Amino acid sequence: MFLKVLNTSLAAAALAITTIACSGGAPAPAATTPPPNAKRVDETTAGSVTGKVTFEGTPPASAPIKLDSDPACAQQHPGGLPPDSFVVSSGGLENVFVYVKDGLGDYYFETPTTAVTLDQKGCHYTPHVFGVRAGQPLEIVNSDPTLHNVNAMAKVNQSFNLGQAIQGMKNQKVFKTPEVMVHIKCDVHNWMNAYAGVLNHPYFAVTANGGSFELKGLPPGTYTIEAWHEKLGTQTQSVTLAAKESKPITFAFKAS
Amino acid sequence: MLWLHRYVKLVVACTVLLIAAGGMVTSTGSGLAVPDWPNTYGQFMFSFPLEKMVGGIFYEHGHRMIASTVGFLTIILALWTWKVDPRRWVRWLGVSALGAVILQGLLGGLTVLFLLPAPVSIGHAGLAQLFFCITVGLALFTSPGWMRTQSAADDATLRRLAFITTALIYCQILIGATMRHIGAGLAIPDFPFAYGQLVPPFWNAGIAVHYAHRIGATIVTLAILATAGHVWYHHRSRPELVRPATLLVVFVLTQVTLGAFVVWSGLQPLINTAHVVNGALVLSTSLVLTLRSHRRLFATAPARTVVRGGTASSGSGMLGRPGGERTQHI
Repeated sequence: MFLKVLNTSLAAAALAITTIACSGGAPAPAATTPPPNAKRVDETTAGSVTGKVTFEGTPPASAPIKLDSDPACAQQHPGGLPPDSFVVSSGGLENVFVYVKDGLGDYYFETPTTAVTLDQKGCHYTPHVFGVRAGQPLEIVNSDPTLHNVNAMAKVNQSFNLGQAIQGMKNQKVFKTPEVMVHIKCDVHNWMNAYAGVLNHPYFAVTANGGSFELKGLPPGTYTIEAWHEKLGTQTQSVTLAAKESKPITFAFKAS
Repeated sequence: MLWLHRYVKLVVACTVLLIAAGGMVTSTGSGLAVPDWPNTYGQFMFSFPLEKMVGGIFYEHGHRMIASTVGFLTIILALWTWKVDPRRWVRWLGVSALGAVILQGLLGGLTVLFLLPAPVSIGHAGLAQLFFCITVGLALFTSPGWMRTQSAADDATLRRLAFITTALIYCQILIGATMRHIGAGLAIPDFPFAYGQLVPPFWNAGIAVHYAHRIGATIVTLAILATAGHVWYHHRSRPELVRPATLLVVFVLTQVTLGAFVVWSGLQPLINTAHVVNGALVLSTSLVLTLRSHRRLFATAPARTVVRGGTASSGSGMLGRPGGERTQHI
């Protein structure tokens, strides 16, 4: 009885504290009203930046991650989980976040209302690296028959740490401010990491097969393009794009 | 009183286990594996299923369970001390142990709810050591040995040396806690040098705190050697001083060795935790030596005179004098 009373009191105190601490973390409506004289991209003159992120050298040894600390994870990957920090295919580096860092000026972009999904499946985040628009809903799903916590360690946005104890649980969160990158991790399974690039424009991509990427629909102008990798850091390039031009660029990361 | 003493020793042992469990939480990066508090994933803490204690939950929830156990043991400790110990200051020390453990629980909860802010986490680590010191102090004050040695000779130099050493150790522990909770454990990745030099060639906050911990270790080791040397030279006939002094040297040498292995192993969790626990043992041993060196001052401190039924109220009757005389417990 005493334990229950104690627990109830502590829960009430925790609720009050959490309410104060976490106010502002709830999903906000994504749709915003554009200003009357909003400057929009002219689709008829838009071009693109395409390219590849290459990797030179030998990637670090990547033994499969042992999942013994949770039988539910180990059952899904009896041979261990391949690490996803260095994924190299055809000389290209995958999971690199490429985006327009600077040069867009004061263009207005509608904020999407459809959610980006971050799934926890096989005790692994899918996708491992992704982009999301500031104000766009992020739906976090637990597809695993085990518990996960989702610890978003934002530095600019509101950090959060939520628990998803039941398979099929979903939560929506919103990052309101641009931030590259927000590190998301599971403290239950310390190998689980994801990275979200939060931007207020749609010009971003994550390298996939062969390290390729494409930034479509860019208006003419001069831009700073940045490539971010979780272990190798960032590289930037300046690109000047004429109307309807498609310009190829290459980022070359080297083994450190 | 003897049974109270034995019980306090049990609380001390459980507190060592609790510090180890807390050390594993930080060392394995599991501090946020249970996002809610005081519940665990929405469930009443004590009904959370064992089979769900996987990964980081094992460390964080395990730490909470051990902490709750120590909390309940401390409630009993405070009540028991209040009931049987005739010394007012010891009774209040028991109450302060209860206050410390409650505050410690709240700090633990706050650090989870606010996503491990460094000042709160460092406060949690620092208060853990203070609580441990209180329980060690209570174990000493209720021990038969403490009662017996009240007439021991005083040594002002030893008192000062031991006190300064204990204070230095506690400061060093706080620096270590700061280093852990700002993630600066490998800010200097080599040992015994710092980036191949005696002094780091460049600085930031992490390197400064890490280097301060290494300088602190040198100062603390020298202070302990000075204190132990003083005891060995001037008090070799007093085992109640020689034993903790010798143990202190053993612990501090172990601590320096563990500190080196923490760096060389790249913050291996078990080695890291052993360093934390051994640090607590260094502090508590130095505290025992300090308190024993102050024994005569306790004897001259105002004490409560107790007369109960013509015999001493102490369960052990160690200081009791027959015939219903007044008995002082100090």
